[in-house]
Amino acid sequence: MRKSFGDKVIDVIIVFIMILVVIATRYPLWNTLVISFNDALDSIKGGIYLWPRKWTLYNYQSIFRNDTVFRAFLVSVSRTVLTTILNVFFSGLLAYILSRKEFVFRRFLTVFMVMTMYINAGLIPQYFLYRSLGLINTFWVYIIPSMVGAFNVIVIRTYINSLPASLVESAKIDGAGEMTIYFNIIIPMCLPVLATVALWVAVGAWNSWFDSYIFAPKQELSTLQYEMMKIIASSMQMGVKQPDYLTEASQQSRNTVTPNSLRAAMTIVATVPVLVVYPFLQKYFVTVNIGSVKE
Amino acid sequence: MVTSKANSRKEFFRQLQKQKSLVLLSIPFFIYIFIFNYLPLWGLTLAFQNYKPYRTFFEQEWVGLLHFKNLFTDPDFYRVMRNTLGMSIINLALGFITAIGFALLLNELTGSLYHFKRVVQTISYMPHFLSWIIVCGLVSNMLSMDDGIVNALLLKLGLVNEKIHFLGKPEYFWWIVGFTNVWKSMGWNSIIYLAAITSIDPCLYEAAAIDGYGRFGRMWHVTLPGIKSTIIVLLIMNAGWILNAGFEIQYILGSNGLVLDVSETIDIFVLKRGFARSSFSFGTAAGMFKTVVSTIILILCNKIASWLDEERLV
Repeated sequence: MRKSFGDKVIDVIIVFIMILVVIATRYPLWNTLVISFNDALDSIKGGIYLWPRKWTLYNYQSIFRNDTVFRAFLVSVSRTVLTTILNVFFSGLLAYILSRKEFVFRRFLTVFMVMTMYINAGLIPQYFLYRSLGLINTFWVYIIPSMVGAFNVIVIRTYINSLPASLVESAKIDGAGEMTIYFNIIIPMCLPVLATVALWVAVGAWNSWFDSYIFAPKQELSTLQYEMMKIIASSMQMGVKQPDYLTEASQQSRNTVTPNSLRAAMTIVATVPVLVVYPFLQKYFVTVNIGSVKE
Repeated sequence: MVTSKANSRKEFFRQLQKQKSLVLLSIPFFIYIFIFNYLPLWGLTLAFQNYKPYRTFFEQEWVGLLHFKNLFTDPDFYRVMRNTLGMSIINLALGFITAIGFALLLNELTGSLYHFKRVVQTISYMPHFLSWIIVCGLVSNMLSMDDGIVNALLLKLGLVNEKIHFLGKPEYFWWIVGFTNVWKSMGWNSIIYLAAITSIDPCLYEAAAIDGYGRFGRMWHVTLPGIKSTIIVLLIMNAGWILNAGFEIQYILGSNGLVLDVSETIDIFVLKRGFARSSFSFGTAAGMFKTVVSTIILILCNKIASWLDEERLV
């Protein structure tokens, strides 16, 4: 269909609205990026919106030179990597077990698992459980409670069910054990869905802060997101003190950095991994999103 | 009868024997799920006790429904319920209107504008993946009195005479939460409508064009009715989350004394009462109330939605 003049006018209006949407979506982060690369003292004067006035890498150097922030960064990275590997491995294994039609406890275990998506004892009973397991204020509180995700299991199982059943059967006839089948057939065949679940778990683990706040408040176990939370909370006058290192950092370096600039640099460090990863997620996310509604 | 029962039991054990390795593999999962998801349910007994940490379970004082009675007579409880419902309804309404509108407009970008559409779409998903902490930081930057772009723009356009302290005004708070939610999830939520639009029969558009409908006419009379059932089903399903107005944004942006009255939701109430004042029993009771009511609403809404979907009533 050729577009008439009126159609073209409408197109222009829609494109204009879309450009506004894109600006509104991107500007807040862009502005933070600009501030993080701008000289801190210069930023105080204001008026920095779209481009740095006085370029510097000093804000980034200061946060990575800071032991507290660097440690939080390492904790964030290690919890994300470990949770991702374990969660994908175990969710995949459970999905494989549940995909075996002849498995006698298949129905029972499926219901047992799906029920957990609806029932939730709440925060305080959860805290008591972790305390009696000795998980409070240990690194493992980030890892052990999130080794299997019910939703991930369902997504992977759906994918396994779409594979030809003869693959597993012929391997069984050849005498392969369950773990051999899982490692040599299921994992290689399910790579697309496993990769998606992995990115998904990784984004969730990287972004979480509430578990640090409640279950691991010890400073050595703090994560990047939790440090961000403390900084933002202190700026909102929440009765939370601004972390000492921010104050110290700005004093030590004779005011060449300010809490605001450090916060901008930290925001970027905490965001970039997610920004790199999310475009890869969208394709599969879309199908999962729609599938879960249609079910 | 007896023999067939015995037979089926025999058959079951024969199966069990044959699937030994599968059964063995599944045992750790049973245990894991039991410990981390079912065992904490035992902790709900706290809600009916006057829990003191130094007492053993058998020495605890049982108080029946006292904590629930206290909860329902607590004026703060009604305040946080009002806030929760208020923000939920704003989120629901704003979220739906913007996501549907965005999907409709995106859908109009066809032909040579197709690639532009893809780019806009990808960018619009981005905020969905940012953590609430980061989003709260960005919002407080944008609305700041010092150098926030919103105040700068409003001043420049002459819409206001002096800068507004957005985050310190109770009357703005719910709307800030609402529009932040729009910012974070509009693009993401539009995906499902775009998918629903693609399943509309193209003939309908041609017929409407022959009948003399313009672009907006077709949007209104073909596209919108075409996705009506998706909209209604999603609306009902999302209404199931009505007690989950959010936690992080209210906790972080709403923590200053100026807006505390309108910002606290039921989740914050549970957290503050349970931990900050160490009245674990009361906190557990409040949390239990929320979870039970919320789960009932959620299941009801899902049932209604799937019933409507099956009966093709919408």
